Amino acid sequence: MSSREEILGAIRRSLKRGPLPERRADELRARLAEPRANVLPARALSLGQEGRVALFVEMAQAAAASVARVDSLDEVPAEVARYLAGLNEPPRLVIAPALKELDWESSPLMSVEFRAADAGDGVSVTPAFAGIAETGTLALLSGPDSPTTLNFLPDTHIVVLKAEDITATYEDVWVRLRRLGEGGLPRTVNLITGPSRTGDIELSIQLGAHGPRRLHLVLVGATAP
Amino acid sequence: MQPDCHSFESASRTALADDSLQDSLAKVKAGFRINRLKAIDKLPEFEDLRDAGRDLKNHTLKNLDFYLEVFEDKVTAQGGHVHWCRDAEEARRTVLEICRKADARTVTKGKSMIAEEIALNDYLESHGVEPVETDLGEYIIQLRRDPPSHIIAPALHLNRGHFAKAFRKKHEGYPADRMLDEPRQLLDEARDVLRGHFVAADVGITGANMLVAETGSSIIVTNEGNGDLTQTLPRVHIVLASIEKVVPTLEDAATVMRLLARSATGQEFSAYTTVSTGPRRPEDLDGPEEFHVVLLDNGRSAMLGGEFQDMLRCIRCAACINHCPIYGAVGGHAYGWVYSGPMGSVLTPALVGLEEARHLPNASTLCGRCEAVCPMRIPLPKMLRHWREREFERHLTPGRVRAGLKLWAFLAKRPALYRLANGLGARLLAKLSRGTGRLPRLPLAGGWTKARDLPAPQGRSFQSQWAERKRR
Repeated sequence: MSSREEILGAIRRSLKRGPLPERRADELRARLAEPRANVLPARALSLGQEGRVALFVEMAQAAAASVARVDSLDEVPAEVARYLAGLNEPPRLVIAPALKELDWESSPLMSVEFRAADAGDGVSVTPAFAGIAETGTLALLSGPDSPTTLNFLPDTHIVVLKAEDITATYEDVWVRLRRLGEGGLPRTVNLITGPSRTGDIELSIQLGAHGPRRLHLVLVGATAP
Repeated sequence: MQPDCHSFESASRTALADDSLQDSLAKVKAGFRINRLKAIDKLPEFEDLRDAGRDLKNHTLKNLDFYLEVFEDKVTAQGGHVHWCRDAEEARRTVLEICRKADARTVTKGKSMIAEEIALNDYLESHGVEPVETDLGEYIIQLRRDPPSHIIAPALHLNRGHFAKAFRKKHEGYPADRMLDEPRQLLDEARDVLRGHFVAADVGITGANMLVAETGSSIIVTNEGNGDLTQTLPRVHIVLASIEKVVPTLEDAATVMRLLARSATGQEFSAYTTVSTGPRRPEDLDGPEEFHVVLLDNGRSAMLGGEFQDMLRCIRCAACINHCPIYGAVGGHAYGWVYSGPMGSVLTPALVGLEEARHLPNASTLCGRCEAVCPMRIPLPKMLRHWREREFERHLTPGRVRAGLKLWAFLAKRPALYRLANGLGARLLAKLSRGTGRLPRLPLAGGWTKARDLPAPQGRSFQSQWAERKRR
């Protein structure tokens, strides 16, 4: 008998039954086909879209991300240039191909490439699929247009998020993900809340462990408070 | 790692005398407990989420065979592979085989307690594959060849001096007089060293906080980003997970996610929660070409349907450990295996046998804090008592304890005799205290009086006072 059969058999013996009767299995398949949310916190659900954006910003900042607001996508390159100038970082960017259409030439001092990240890259810019107001969390999807390495290798990670893509809960993102298509999920869905950190030395929190040391969000279309 | 739980008593004595360990343990309150309370205070739905978490895990366990088969189908449909492993030996061999097929020389690893459970590192090393731990806590204990002392903070027993000493000894090519006094300096050096390993590794091994049946995904919840580099950069990604990690849907996963970080570190949400599904897609610019899930049973299927099934709801947040007065006194190494504190005292006997681990269920005051903080509402004290009963039934309890219990049972079943013995004993103890009200030493109870005085009985017994009131 294969290990698979042995383990499944052992589970069924312990549960004192054979394989599930077909009717029961159908019920479970129905549960899987139409997933229902369990308990949802009211925190973000009780707010309107403007309130959600404000909560998202507050929570993201509490997790040590910085946030800048611009009115339109056209203003993103200038905001990125402004942010990097403040950091004293060399303005060499690796940008997700999804953001190729933005006018990066408008900031001539920056050198830009559109590809996956290498170990030596300092700054990346990627698009977000969604923001989750509940905890100030970003949802980023892998794909040819948005390689996952950009989210983890560079010291500075800049994320472009449209305010209209800010949702209340994680479950809202699952619903949007399922609408993307039949192929199931992309290889990687990254839920990111602030820059990387560790508490492994004496339980004191240090930012910038193995992932980015800084996470900067450029929020597009948000009305300033 | 090999279990060494039978040494609990001597290991505890060593731990109590270890000042550096005691300093580390003293940080648990500010580092974990207070943050947990603050985070929970901000979420009014937390108690409802605990109920929902308990219910969804119970539902999954009741139908575990079904959900595991669905999970496997989904992984396979995405081009991944599921390997079913009955025990540690089979899981180790399976991982090694995948590494050999990939011609792997170095393997990076995210933190995985399952990998500790099956002692994977020693096995890979002895077969010519170099495993590199990349979680900072796991990395330092690998350098020192220590076992983990806490399931989410494996290097809890160490301080910055230990880190600095190990780094100076093991890291080559750095100036000997460099400063390594601050956590920042230590972290930057580790980051620098590990960068090289991340890029060079042929295979990346991670654990899984959850497996999602609906989508065939594995989910890891981390803060450092090492797990993501581990499962993105190498050509092959291996997920090590035990069978009870499966949840039905992403919605169910979200419920666990809301409970996990708050219960563990007191964060609203960990920095990185990553859902990985299959290998990279044809057009992708990065990501692993192979995706393997090694599903481990190792004694868990036998826990279903019995007194210990509830333990399989555990999401490894460590809240019970952080709130346990015994763990707080002796730390994790005294427990002698991967899992410590209340969850370890229940789980370890089930996985390595009660003969080896019989001390652990006794290492509890049954104060109940563990159950009070458990996000999955696992009745830990009840299960500790179940183990104690089994220990007694199987005659594993030492003769002196058995004799004491027998004597007590003999008296307890004879109320008149019990009252007489009780009254005599109380009067004798009162007399021995010579009016001071305290007994600094007591024959046969030296272990107790060594650290504190025994208050001498005063006045009349509860039973006689009760009888008198009833007469009134």
